Amino acid sequence: MKKEDKILSIILIAGLFVFIAVADKFFNLYVQRVLNLCAIYTILALSMNLINGFTGLFSLGHAGFMAIGAYMVGIFTVPVEIRPMVYFMKPMHPAIADIEMPFIVALILGGLLSAFIAFLIGAPVLRLRDDYLAIATLGFSEIIRIVITNAQSITNGSLGIKNIPPVANIWWIYITMIISIAFIVLLINSSYGRAFKAIREDEIAAEAMGINLFKHKMMSFMIGAFFAGIGGGLYAALLGTVDPKNFLFVLTYNFLLIIVLGGMGSVSGTIISAYVVTAGQEWLRFLDEPLSIGGIAIPLFRPGFRMVIFSLLLMIIVLFYRDGLMGTREINWEMIKNFGKRFKLRRVKSGEVQ
Amino acid sequence: MLKVENLTVSYGGIEALKGITIEVPEGSIVTLIGANGAGKSTTLRSIMGLVKVKSGKITYQGEDITGLKTSEIVARGITLVPEGRRVFPNLTVYENLLIGAYLRNNKEQIKKDLAWVYELFPRLKERSWQLAGTLSGGEQQMLAVGRALMSRPKILMMDEPSLGLAPLIVKSIFSIIQQIYNNGVTILLIEQNANAALHIADWGYVLETGKIVLSGTGKELLENEEVKAAYLGKKRQASAI
Repeated sequence: MKKEDKILSIILIAGLFVFIAVADKFFNLYVQRVLNLCAIYTILALSMNLINGFTGLFSLGHAGFMAIGAYMVGIFTVPVEIRPMVYFMKPMHPAIADIEMPFIVALILGGLLSAFIAFLIGAPVLRLRDDYLAIATLGFSEIIRIVITNAQSITNGSLGIKNIPPVANIWWIYITMIISIAFIVLLINSSYGRAFKAIREDEIAAEAMGINLFKHKMMSFMIGAFFAGIGGGLYAALLGTVDPKNFLFVLTYNFLLIIVLGGMGSVSGTIISAYVVTAGQEWLRFLDEPLSIGGIAIPLFRPGFRMVIFSLLLMIIVLFYRDGLMGTREINWEMIKNFGKRFKLRRVKSGEVQ
Repeated sequence: MLKVENLTVSYGGIEALKGITIEVPEGSIVTLIGANGAGKSTTLRSIMGLVKVKSGKITYQGEDITGLKTSEIVARGITLVPEGRRVFPNLTVYENLLIGAYLRNNKEQIKKDLAWVYELFPRLKERSWQLAGTLSGGEQQMLAVGRALMSRPKILMMDEPSLGLAPLIVKSIFSIIQQIYNNGVTILLIEQNANAALHIADWGYVLETGKIVLSGTGKELLENEEVKAAYLGKKRQASAI
């Protein structure tokens, strides 16, 4: 990276911090909630893109990894005093009943546990390819959810865990997001990242170049799972409650949608599309309300119509931008400067600027 | 330098190699010629550890490398230019080349080798920021060879480098093979273009349905009547008269 670009990046991050400070002080809770969700979805989609888009492993187990992180935070950050109230059907298992952790410890442990479980299931599963891998990881994600539903003395079963201290404010979430993005960008631009992309492009050629396929697939899978766990932990602390139904496989499709839309293999595309999709789902909410113009009720506007419009938009995008918004390209400073130059050139040509 | 002894490989019950023995001495160009399905590619792939060897032994510089992982074999200095180029289409030329140097850490050396590859293939330097998938067939073949060279091989194995290329480009590929050889790299070459391969080879083997049926210096094979008839497209002189 050139020195000038480094300075620009630092300015960008500083600007983001100013924005967070402003948002924290002046924005209402609803807008803050949406911004927070966008950031958490960015982390989750990016970690999924690392596995799916950059390494080319079609994995659909993200909701499972996310659940592990979310439950880690849920189980261990609820204060011991109020646990009997949360676990009112069946008391918490005595081995963990007295363990309480600070949020950050539970968050990181959740990520690590998620990565460890990825390691365990990766050994058999990563030998599969394409659709088979997708089916196996999808099954895994469902298994996690069912285990959580049934391990009542640990997870409170289908009742979910309530009263999680909502420590994850906008600062927590955005700083975690920045760290995650920075880590994944550095990883992708390292020689490991090149190896991931080589595996995605052509496994046999990558292997012939001396890249250990299994080791790299595992690495990508575990790092992706780690950040999914982190994202899940933040999600739990943002909502203040976790419930097995939060982690249905539909959630994974949500992330898949974000990365397909943003571009498989593009970090900036994923970030943009995470914001567009998450915020879009909120903004389109007016479609769910009954609407009447001049006293005449428009018939289609009813709960659920939002998702219809959303699906339609998706179809249009997939039809006309097959590689998503960015494909495998990235927005970088070079591009922005060139865009500025081109704009200036046009104005020079048309005589506005000498 | 590289010795293959009694190698047999089978794909689910069908024997692709039925006990072949070849030797590649240091500082030579050795070629395997043969028709489709004779087992040429399988030989290279089993040396690289990409297919499982059923029986037999592969030794490299006195060390038994049968059954080692591909990455360990590459680290020892054997590299394959795979059949059909197989460049990474959505990565830039530069990234493709760096992946070739994946197992190496010495940044200075990598830089030097990159400069050497760019010298061998000036075209790649011009296009270093272009996606490999947008290159022409010949350029992709050059990239595949350059990528393999970036691992600093002692033995470079090439699987059909002239496949699907225009005659003029085939010629330049062969002259580059010779340049690489002059730089001290031992070469094991597979070709359907037997004529060109035998012209530059020190030693050649003829493979037929998984067995070696003939071997000799490049010149000997070029003059061999059977080879002429089967692979060089010339009629047997005896029958012509």
